[in-house]
Amino acid sequence: MVIKTKFLGEIEISDKDVLTFDEGIPGFLGMHSFAVINDSKNTFVSYMQSLDDENVCFIMMPPVFIEKEYDIEISGSTVQKLEIKRPEDVNLYAILTITGNFKDATANLKAPIVVNTKNNKAVQEILDDDRHSIRHRIVKESDV
Amino acid sequence: MLVLTRKKDEAIIIGDDIEIIVSEISEDKVKLAIKAPKNIKIFRKELIKAVEDENVKSVETSGFDISKLGEVIKK
Repeated sequence: MVIKTKFLGEIEISDKDVLTFDEGIPGFLGMHSFAVINDSKNTFVSYMQSLDDENVCFIMMPPVFIEKEYDIEISGSTVQKLEIKRPEDVNLYAILTITGNFKDATANLKAPIVVNTKNNKAVQEILDDDRHSIRHRIVKESDV
Repeated sequence: MLVLTRKKDEAIIIGDDIEIIVSEISEDKVKLAIKAPKNIKIFRKELIKAVEDENVKSVETSGFDISKLGEVIKK
């Protein structure tokens, strides 16, 4: 199907690109279907485009790109809701916030998107621990 | 909204299998102990609010050059 996107105009996607958030996403609870779109020019990011509203699109990145040792414990509730059978079926993404200068970009490592790749069910998992930050700076002073 | 008064070590039951016990009371704080099945999500409300606010802010992102971020990530 062809969908309208915020950053890439109209593009063709297939059903297997569509994630289902049964519970919605905090702040966007009414939206349940999002397409994951890779950017051929910038392969390190993916877009998560709402199918309900073309203006709603998250920019995401695998959290291990940001923190090499990133590991989390997925809650029993999420394992049950997403029907996760094996850890290797799970994909994680961190949502990025980029306002103005790219140097100030942050990643939400405290509330990653958890996807069961076997059925494309997804949630935004909120981790109740102090190890991870909602606004983890991506660019270190030494990088620029 | 139901409003109940409870003393230290008293509890309330919600549904069949959720129990909330008032374990400690001090001047402006209460400590609660919660017994609930694993599939029930329990969060401090301000944490959910912080995630909501950050999601809204993330979606406002526009007009930036993402390739610059890539140059940094690849290092």
